[in-house]
Amino acid sequence: MTPNPQLTDTGALRHLLTIEGLSAKLIHSILDTAESFVSVGEREVKKVPLLRGKSIFNLFFEASTRTRTTFEIAAKRLSADVVNLNVSASSQSKGETLLDTVDNLSAMGADMFVVRHAQSGAAHFIARHVAPHIHVVNAGDGRHAHPTQGLLDMFTIRRFKKDFTQLRVAVVGDVMHSRVARSEIHALTTLGVPEVRVIAPRTLLPKGVESLGVHVFNDMQAGLKDVDVVMMLRLQNERMSGTFLPSAQEYFKYYGLTADKLKLAKPDAIVMHPGPMNRGVEIDSSVADGGQAVILPQVTFGIAVRMAVMSMLAGA
Amino acid sequence: MSMKIHIKNGRLIDPKNKIDRVADLYIAAGKVVSIGKAPEAFHANREIDASNLIVCPGLIDLAARLREPGFEYRATLESEMDAAVAGGVTCLVCPPDTDPVLDEPGLVEMLKHRAKSLNQAHVYPLGALTQGLAGKVLTEMAELHDAGCIGFSHADAPLIDTTLLMRAMEYAATFGFTVWLRPQDFFLAQDGVAHDGEVATRLGLAAIPACAETIALSTILFLMRETGARVHICRLSSRDGVELIRQAKAEGLPVTCDISINHAHLCDRDIGYFDANANLMPPLRDQRDRDALRAALADGAIDALCSDHTPVDEDAKQVPFAEAETGATGLELLLPLTLKWATEQKVPLLDALAKITSEPARILGLNNGHLGLGQTADVCIFDPAAPWRVEARALKSQGKNTPFLGYEMLGKVRYTLMAGHGVYEG
Amino acid sequence: MKLPDPEQLTQQLALAIKPRLRANTVLVGIHTGGAWIAEKVQQQLGGKLPLGTLDISFYRDDFSRIGLHPQVTPSAISFEVEDAHVILIDDVLHTGRTIRAAMNELYDYGRPASIELAVLIDRGGRELPIAADMVGARLDLTENQNIQVTLDPNNKLTLSLHER
Repeated sequence: MTPNPQLTDTGALRHLLTIEGLSAKLIHSILDTAESFVSVGEREVKKVPLLRGKSIFNLFFEASTRTRTTFEIAAKRLSADVVNLNVSASSQSKGETLLDTVDNLSAMGADMFVVRHAQSGAAHFIARHVAPHIHVVNAGDGRHAHPTQGLLDMFTIRRFKKDFTQLRVAVVGDVMHSRVARSEIHALTTLGVPEVRVIAPRTLLPKGVESLGVHVFNDMQAGLKDVDVVMMLRLQNERMSGTFLPSAQEYFKYYGLTADKLKLAKPDAIVMHPGPMNRGVEIDSSVADGGQAVILPQVTFGIAVRMAVMSMLAGA
Repeated sequence: MSMKIHIKNGRLIDPKNKIDRVADLYIAAGKVVSIGKAPEAFHANREIDASNLIVCPGLIDLAARLREPGFEYRATLESEMDAAVAGGVTCLVCPPDTDPVLDEPGLVEMLKHRAKSLNQAHVYPLGALTQGLAGKVLTEMAELHDAGCIGFSHADAPLIDTTLLMRAMEYAATFGFTVWLRPQDFFLAQDGVAHDGEVATRLGLAAIPACAETIALSTILFLMRETGARVHICRLSSRDGVELIRQAKAEGLPVTCDISINHAHLCDRDIGYFDANANLMPPLRDQRDRDALRAALADGAIDALCSDHTPVDEDAKQVPFAEAETGATGLELLLPLTLKWATEQKVPLLDALAKITSEPARILGLNNGHLGLGQTADVCIFDPAAPWRVEARALKSQGKNTPFLGYEMLGKVRYTLMAGHGVYEG
Repeated sequence: MKLPDPEQLTQQLALAIKPRLRANTVLVGIHTGGAWIAEKVQQQLGGKLPLGTLDISFYRDDFSRIGLHPQVTPSAISFEVEDAHVILIDDVLHTGRTIRAAMNELYDYGRPASIELAVLIDRGGRELPIAADMVGARLDLTENQNIQVTLDPNNKLTLSLHER
């Protein structure tokens, strides 16, 4: 069996591929490092020279403007040189293999790859093949993992709620197809959250999801009761009509977060969403724009967390 | 050529004839002439000292893809036949999913002719059950049988039209041909690459539930009751599937089945960190399924072990898991993995070796896979204790793709004889 | 070697800084030792001077060799650096690299009118052309010796000498 490519022989982080397997201590140290980077973002000159001279390649096989942009901003704030590759348009269509693409870019002096790919395991695959000095950050692979999203979500919770060990957290939506959900669940359970709930219709819950350490709720009313954090997941268009769900309307009625349903949670519960939001499908505008939503801070924190991840890897 | 061969001091294990003792084997004119005592005036041209070695019938592999015709970039007949005899295999069955598909007598004749000219293992092709394996039109099964097809298979191609499946089974039953089918519901398995369970959930892989196998298997068994066809079920993977087979056999249905060496040992956890070598069809299921398969092989509900040899070129595995071509190389692992199963499952060697000699012979309806007097001397002589590491350079097959890469194996073939003639020496 | 009293040295620094104060003077202490000293100096000078702290972890020149320090505290500069007279305060001046990093970081906040450097201990061993304007005490140490400033539970500075 292949060894875990995420860690070095001594257990240090060589790549960030998935939250699964990271210790609580390591996660907290990433969040602590991110704290310092938040203040950088509040200065006039939002740059530090940490990664000056390093080349970071954003290798996005799946189109994404927002994630790619935050990684780009984070890298530039570290004074790194950033190259954006929207690979879906170019060499892949000419039949170049994934490995050839990676090898060619490595030959151009890449120090770090930030990779998003439609296939689960793609980041692991690339990490197994790059030269020892190159680091890989998984920006989302298929349904498997989106570790920086999981980390920034934990950073947000820590900012607003402080102590993970006293929380009830609900993850709502298409868990089956969501890499964000998997990363969030791994992070929450690792950080000691005593009750992690998933709320979804059965068609959107993968087989054996309890084995991830979650309590399953099909009834959103029951699932949101006394919850401290509500983490909404985006419902993709493909799921909305046909074989997983009959319609967006029925989904919104039973699984969408409205102000009324939010009242079932604790009065100081926070509402999170990885974005982009489908208003009126998984979340009502009044909630998304309301006082309990921390969706915009998530975005700001996302830059600091990614700066932390990239500088920790580059300095390893 | 009247070669006289004396294999001495070996532990002779012949499952069909229930022999397991140290005994010399005497071969003349390509046939077994005596066991234990030298025949009158026997002067051996060649002596093989099999001390501390096991002498058994040449292995029979019920599924080995040779990749010819059409897929020569993955492997050639030469390289795979070399691999076969290096693995002690003297007789193998190849599925019809070549390019073009084996649905024309001419193609079958050519393949048989090519294989025969190499003078290594016997090749028994399975003919395609439908034209082009497209699942729409029956093939000329009688003609194909005359050309040398030992049975008819649909390989891994979907056969969605139940009426056509029933007709194909009825037609095969007309002539007494065996239909070889791998049970998998096309719709439930669509896009899936891993077993629907905790591992696929964790790894975010599109999944195939076990019921994809049991639903298809139930359909096949009911059609057997309708048509009276004889069916060999290929590559069972689930514990529920095992139970269905058990019931069918208890009922007296003419069904046999096999599992691959991969499924006898591995489960979905062996995908590890997305190892594309563990991308197999049917998928590796969970530990309970694997344990049920191993136990069923021991108690006879499952009849035989095969390699399911599928050489894949390196590029096709050097991609993210779900994009990889499925399949694993296996001709050279059939013997050591059978031995490993026997040791772990505490099955005596006599019974274990039956799974790759006399039982496959029975399934094929051939009088081989044993070393009775007068029998053609297809022999495998191996060292059960010889350790070796599974790595690319240790394999003769062009396919280096196996989830067992890096594993330490016990069991190495020292000599393989075809009709007394040495075809491999290790 | 008899070590000087760091509390006394701090008082000496405050006295040395006093005549150099201008209308636009700000105090900036470098984490961690320099920050403690800067706070004490600010108190001794009346408690009203703007006080900031710098954590230079992100500006070090040895990042690619030793990586990111696990304990990074955010820098805190709440005043305008542009056109300010900055008195940079640190505990031990050795190679000069920390001061180089601190000045680089300071410049990312704005362009100061001038920078003066006050250190508690100058132990020599400079590797860059950096000099302190105000020094509490000069100590001649070998490469194997390491001097550290710590804060005891009673909020008193202490000095300790370690042999490697």
